[in-house]
Amino acid sequence: MFDPTLAARRFGTGQATGLRLPTDAESMMRALKAPDAAAQTWPVPVFSEHLSELKALRDLGAAKRKASPGEAAKAADQALRSARRKFRRHRVHGARQFLARGAFAEDGFRERLTWFWSDHFTAATRVPGLRSIGAAYIEEAIRPNITGRFAELLWAVVTHPMMLVYLDQHVSAGPSTKLGKRRGRGLNENLAREILELHTLGVKGQYRQEDVRALAELLTGLTVKQGEGFMFRAAMAEPGPERILGKTYGGGAPKLAHIRLAIEDLAAHPDTAQHLAQKLAVHFVSDTPDPALTAYMADQFLKSGGDLMALYAALLEHPGAWSPVPRNAVPPFDFLVSSIRALTVPERAIETLSPKDLQRGFFAPLQVMGQPWLQPDGPDGFSENDGAWVTPQGLAGRISWAMTMPSRLLGKLPDPRDFVLSALGPEADPRTVFAAQAAENRAEGIGLVLMSPRFQRR
Amino acid sequence: MDRRVFLKSSLVGCSLAASPLLTPVSFAAAPWDTRLVVIILRGGMDGLDAVRPVGDKNFASVRQRVMREDGPDLNGFYALHPALSPLMPLWKAGELSMAQAVSTPYRDKRSHFDGQDILEAGTPDLNGQGVRDGWLNRLLQNVPGVTAETSFAIGREALLITKGKAPVSEWSPDARLNLSPQAEQLLGLISEADPAIHSAMDEALRIAQLVDFAKEDAEQAKAMAAMDTAMESAMTQTGRAGRGEHVDIARFAALRLREETRIATFSLGGWDTHRNQATSLATALGRLSETILTLKAGLGSVWEKTAVLAMTEFGRTVRENGTAGTDHGTGGAMFMAGGAVRGRQVLGTWPGLDEADLYAGRDLMPTRDVRSYAAWAMRDLMGIEKSTLERAIFPGLEMGAQPQVIL
Repeated sequence: MFDPTLAARRFGTGQATGLRLPTDAESMMRALKAPDAAAQTWPVPVFSEHLSELKALRDLGAAKRKASPGEAAKAADQALRSARRKFRRHRVHGARQFLARGAFAEDGFRERLTWFWSDHFTAATRVPGLRSIGAAYIEEAIRPNITGRFAELLWAVVTHPMMLVYLDQHVSAGPSTKLGKRRGRGLNENLAREILELHTLGVKGQYRQEDVRALAELLTGLTVKQGEGFMFRAAMAEPGPERILGKTYGGGAPKLAHIRLAIEDLAAHPDTAQHLAQKLAVHFVSDTPDPALTAYMADQFLKSGGDLMALYAALLEHPGAWSPVPRNAVPPFDFLVSSIRALTVPERAIETLSPKDLQRGFFAPLQVMGQPWLQPDGPDGFSENDGAWVTPQGLAGRISWAMTMPSRLLGKLPDPRDFVLSALGPEADPRTVFAAQAAENRAEGIGLVLMSPRFQRR
Repeated sequence: MDRRVFLKSSLVGCSLAASPLLTPVSFAAAPWDTRLVVIILRGGMDGLDAVRPVGDKNFASVRQRVMREDGPDLNGFYALHPALSPLMPLWKAGELSMAQAVSTPYRDKRSHFDGQDILEAGTPDLNGQGVRDGWLNRLLQNVPGVTAETSFAIGREALLITKGKAPVSEWSPDARLNLSPQAEQLLGLISEADPAIHSAMDEALRIAQLVDFAKEDAEQAKAMAAMDTAMESAMTQTGRAGRGEHVDIARFAALRLREETRIATFSLGGWDTHRNQATSLATALGRLSETILTLKAGLGSVWEKTAVLAMTEFGRTVRENGTAGTDHGTGGAMFMAGGAVRGRQVLGTWPGLDEADLYAGRDLMPTRDVRSYAAWAMRDLMGIEKSTLERAIFPGLEMGAQPQVIL
């Protein structure tokens, strides 16, 4: 059952000298209920704070297109470029803060849950501008909602400009509306399908193409207004009613409340409970979790009326979550975070990372390891399958990072013979202990400890 | 005392000599001499827009907004998407063909992720259990003399299509590994108790020996220069330079295929064109075309014995959606390129676009299993028995009549 070191690794971001380990499941839940200290200590601006900047970027783009050739065009181009460059710094800032929270916050469980839900609700748009503020979407739609009802989290996501743009909902118009009949406008089923397939019921859930289509029609009206963010535009909304999974929604004048109702029902669907329980257990425990664990989690979630805290508590209190043998491979981002944590890199070293340092030591390595920062290939996010991470090319990326980056972050490396004990604790196995002292130099000794299976799995 | 001697002689419970990390790279004669490249187009390529049935009476009316300009004519009935114009010299040289109205056995739920799993597994369904291995791996399981060099899965993602018992090399062109011999040995030692990590590390070190990165970088620079010349016409047509991850992958694949490697596979994304398809599909097709041209340029004379198959998880809706794009559908298209391919043909029975011709009233009706073309290609390229193809590699497939994919 509960084991503090295991808890810190499996449900947190790892252990480190000087940071307290969780004492029991209740204390982990208490920390989660308490105010979000890490968000205050390492703040990230929310998406809405960028709206005026986004609008300014758009205006600069328009000005550039309108500028008469010659000096004016050159000046407009310069202004746009410099604004874009400045805007891209938000990506660097977001990454730095996410790293710092994971590496230094006491409550690693909150960070892990934030990352889990951020991936579950992937909105990895390639739209320039929006691409730089993925962290701001997470900060606004995900992080504040991970300790409440799942319906609230889902609602925050499906009404968020980032998701609406990513899955094309903002341009989807009801086919029988005046707008929808215009050339180039009409229905788009992208978001509706992914809500059913990925966000709620799961692909094994009991929905059909007709449900996708009906939900797509119901979702029309959810859109984005330049400079102001989310809005419900009734003129785009298909007049109801819509029949989804056997229940009728809407009818009469289109209202945001009709959509809300459907989202509430989808969030509370038994298939959703099963899907979320399975995914969470796979993420935290093992690729093949104990069916008793997932059944218990789904049951507790449904009984609580869709409360995420009940889902997490069920996970932490079930013996199926505490197998002492670490099974899951640590994904690349989590590996970097737990390495920095274990190395007790000073906070200042992370705060002062330049954009170039981050590119070399963070963005580029994550890409080689197979997990480009907040940019999975599709709306299904990064793989939950260990096989996706334990690949030759991925491990080559990890080995290179483990052997070179710690000394860049720390200046002077700890003695590998001490580090092997502080990083792995009682889990340190004789082979790694031996390797740490047999290495040719400190950098390789540290790298070997970070590459040991005990550090690579949790 | 020399550390390595110590390491070998006295370590309790660990036998370094038995570690696969010390096994030298072995070269064996490849089981055949032809080359196969399989490209997975992730996201559902719109086959109707890529290989346009402009001769169909309904086509112009169902596709009004996604087609911004006409592309080159193929045979009077079909025309190519304009972004694929750089491939026209291949078509004319008899090195490019397509198959229209193909699909995997996957139906109705239209999930990318299940669709791709079925495409790569090569099975009729997912059996509810998740698939164990991919069809390229089962191919390798059924031929003698296969080594890890025979097949390369390229890119950062782990591909299901090559997953399985037979050895396959995996690498990403941007991965580098330079370690001291001591660190290599110790990595082998610490991972001994974890077979999955151990074997992936072993593979990483083996490939790091196989691929001389300094030489690789020089070769790539050279290939890049050659490519730039070869692609000048392409670039003027698409207005884009041949740069990017897809080009790196294709170049790496070509370098491997010039050596021991017989099969290379990788994926290209960007096909999920729900919106502004005129722009987004042009980008994706431009990449596909650059990828094929890079392979050709990089392979040199090996191109003559190469077949490239590009396939996708499903096609898209026949009618455009409301946002100048298309949604997930069923029947789609497939590309075949290379000197070993019988070119200048659009294969497949055209199902028509009348309301009654469509699948579920919305999608192009598939008229042939996409696996059948892949199966015939493998039979004619490598001499794989039909019975092996229909039972082991693509279980449940009936290959049907010979479509003449390969010369």
